[in-house]
Amino acid sequence: MNDIVISVRELSKRFGNFTAVDRISFDVYRGEIFGFLGANGAGKTTAMRMLCGLSYPTSGKGSVAGYDIMHEGEQIKRHIGYMSQRFSLYNDLTVWENMRLFAGIYGLNKSQTEQQATELLERLNFSSERNTLVGSLPLGWKQKLSFAIATIHRPEVVFLDEPTGGVDPITRRQFWEMIYEAAESGTTIFVTTHYMDEAEYCTRVSIMVDGKVQALDTPTRLKQQFATESMDEVFRILARGAQRGE
Amino acid sequence: MGAIEVHNLSKSYGKVQALDSVSFSVERGELFGLIGPDGAGKTTLFRLLTTLLNPDSGSAEVDGCDTAKDYLAIRSRVGYMPGRFSLYPDLSVEENLQFFAALFGVTIEDSYDLIAPIYKQIEPFRTRRAGKLSGGMKQKLALSCALIHRPNVLFLDEPTTGVDAVSRSELWDMLSELKERGITILVSTPYMDEASRCDRIALCNEGRILKIDTPEGIVRGFDKQLYGISAKNMFALLEKARTADGVEDCYPFGEKHHLVAREEFDEAKFVAQLGDIEGLQIIRTAPTIEDMFIKLMKR
Amino acid sequence: MKQNFASFVKKESLHILRDTRTMLIVMLIPVVLMVLFGFAISTEVNNVNVAVVAPNRTDGIRDAVERLSQNEYFTFKGYITPDDIDPYLRSGKASAVVVFASDYERGVTQAATGVPTKPVIQLIVDASNVNTAGSSTAYLQSILLGAASQQAMFETRMLFNPQMRSAYNFVPGIMGLIFILVCAMMTSVSIVREKEVGTMEVLLVSPVRPVKIIFAKMIPYFAISCVVLVTILLLARYLLEVPMSGGVGGIFTISLLYLILSLSLGLLVSTIAQTQVVALLISAVVMMMPILMLSGMLFPIENLPKFFQVISNIVPARWYIDAVRKMMIQGLPIVAVWKNCAILLGMTIALLGVSLKKFNDKLE
Repeated sequence: MNDIVISVRELSKRFGNFTAVDRISFDVYRGEIFGFLGANGAGKTTAMRMLCGLSYPTSGKGSVAGYDIMHEGEQIKRHIGYMSQRFSLYNDLTVWENMRLFAGIYGLNKSQTEQQATELLERLNFSSERNTLVGSLPLGWKQKLSFAIATIHRPEVVFLDEPTGGVDPITRRQFWEMIYEAAESGTTIFVTTHYMDEAEYCTRVSIMVDGKVQALDTPTRLKQQFATESMDEVFRILARGAQRGE
Repeated sequence: MGAIEVHNLSKSYGKVQALDSVSFSVERGELFGLIGPDGAGKTTLFRLLTTLLNPDSGSAEVDGCDTAKDYLAIRSRVGYMPGRFSLYPDLSVEENLQFFAALFGVTIEDSYDLIAPIYKQIEPFRTRRAGKLSGGMKQKLALSCALIHRPNVLFLDEPTTGVDAVSRSELWDMLSELKERGITILVSTPYMDEASRCDRIALCNEGRILKIDTPEGIVRGFDKQLYGISAKNMFALLEKARTADGVEDCYPFGEKHHLVAREEFDEAKFVAQLGDIEGLQIIRTAPTIEDMFIKLMKR
Repeated sequence: MKQNFASFVKKESLHILRDTRTMLIVMLIPVVLMVLFGFAISTEVNNVNVAVVAPNRTDGIRDAVERLSQNEYFTFKGYITPDDIDPYLRSGKASAVVVFASDYERGVTQAATGVPTKPVIQLIVDASNVNTAGSSTAYLQSILLGAASQQAMFETRMLFNPQMRSAYNFVPGIMGLIFILVCAMMTSVSIVREKEVGTMEVLLVSPVRPVKIIFAKMIPYFAISCVVLVTILLLARYLLEVPMSGGVGGIFTISLLYLILSLSLGLLVSTIAQTQVVALLISAVVMMMPILMLSGMLFPIENLPKFFQVISNIVPARWYIDAVRKMMIQGLPIVAVWKNCAILLGMTIALLGVSLKKFNDKLE
């Protein structure tokens, strides 16, 4: 269980004089649901881009799924999944076409694709919707499907960017159950969100303020530490000290 | 008569019934929340009330004016902030405000006392382009623009979507202040935890209103005993708890799972039935708006 | 309420001024097009090497050759023998050869008295560049005719554009195109942008009538178009040396009418399109194509198939370009093109009426 999947040491990213990410260090363990929180402009997105192999750090080092973020960006991309509320699936393609497309993008061959996709559809009880256009599915279904597709190549880590905004409470819970299930089977989940109630679902939570990680612990211990009832308050206490805006 | 009166309002787009015979009324000076997920019909309702759309059936009055007959009168009496902050990104903070003032034939000075508590926070950046503001600052500017003509009724469609927790909390503080000044506010949000900041709320889903009450009243309506359960392995716990005796429902709820108990539920029996689960904790918990929403949706 | 109209106009102007890139493109496109069509894509005759075959060099022939060699567009390469014609043309030493018949003088005299004669001058032209070949042939003919002192040996006569300068024909076409581009495309995009950003919703939920918002939007674009119009006319007059003997007043008047028409077209597009991309596509495909193909800008309308000739009647640019050509090149006054003016005015009123009616103050 204590197998480290994401490891970051003194990681920084500077744009000219501006230090977007300022020497952050943390570890994420296999099967963890890791919440990565921060106010607008705290450096969350920049940090996540480095972890996904989309941009190089200015200094410091880190590894994701055993690959170095400085030199093995391409390997990293092959071993992670990504899902965001903004970009998920193509609305003008059917469920099956989307699956085939992303399986191809993630480097699965034809027989793997066939097998994985069929299995996923069965698990989601979606087999009958195989040829439905994604655009005509309800939002909740789309989100579940898009999570399933982000894990179609059985990645070590899945990055979720504000995954459940605007979904009804029941669908939202079904979504979190899927995440629990994936975590249970050993996939590490890395979630960034603005919404503290999403944070409460996480195993551990880190809160970034002005480019630094200001707090990192389980939600329960953070609430104890700050003597508050909710993560929302913990976050507000920390973020109120922020100097910079977006 | 209330500030907003809605009678059996319906609206559909093709086959999609966006709003299905909705009725409610909002008192003057009330902060009324429409709480519901995307697709609940919140935006459609706002557009009907701000006279941007015509209903298929039903009627509504805003500030004493009928939305169909007196729609021009309504337009000068209400302030509206659509879902996306409708600002001109290429104009500065001040230019945006000046333009919206001109739109209603007023000047910034006329309404400065009303918008000051909000506008003062962004005034130091008045020459900055609106497109370069942070989410929270955009929200403040958009709110200032919506208030510039001293509206009697303020419509805010998801003002807290996409902004961080600090800005969100600040917005609710500002709304409470505006309410003190006698402005009626209708605000929508998909986030259940914001419901407690409203005087009364309507829980909406798929074009219908599930329940209208004060936040406390809604929670009181939850007539079942609720437990919070947790264990080392949350996923395994969820699967076992669901099949245990006397459990009506069990679902993830942040750090804990919420367990809705039937009459016959017995805590000791339940623990015994679960068997060997590491770190099991079970405590009675007070229901939240979200628990009620789930219950209403399942009915 | 007058004051708020001014502030709307100010706001629109700010949008335009802040978008420096678009602004630059709008101001540069006319200049680039004018220079491109005026010079680069030219069918003009320039530095054509001409050799002459003359069995006996009579006074008449010498006179003709003298005129030829003094013309700035032709270079006289000397007298050659008939055997040299082919090698000269092949090697490119000459692009045209003028062959005088041995009975040239007699033919000229006969023609002068009205007696029909067989041709006495032969022009052999390198036709690898069809355009230059065509124009140099025509031009050579007119020079040689002049040499033969008003002899009606050829039927061809070059009217209005004796030097066949192509720029003259392109300037009105460019004007017809540019104003649609600036007015229709840019206004429609700017209105649709407000729909996309969501500000349109707020504008509609205000006591201001949409008509006011629309006119406020049109004014800055109208102003820009006027600047563009002046630029084009200046370039045409001083760079391309288009005569404009009929005066610029008429050209200005009809251009202003055309500007308003283009603005109305833009407004109409904005009522149909929901996104900026769609607005751009409609402007490009639905408006630009007919202007390029059916307005007489590139192809003479008389040469179009009957069906397209009929269609071309509803293309406003056709009437505008035709009128500007007449005023700019033939020097006709505006009263001579009253029919074009009336048609354009009618179209403007109809378009403005339809689009104002379609632009309602609700979202549906």
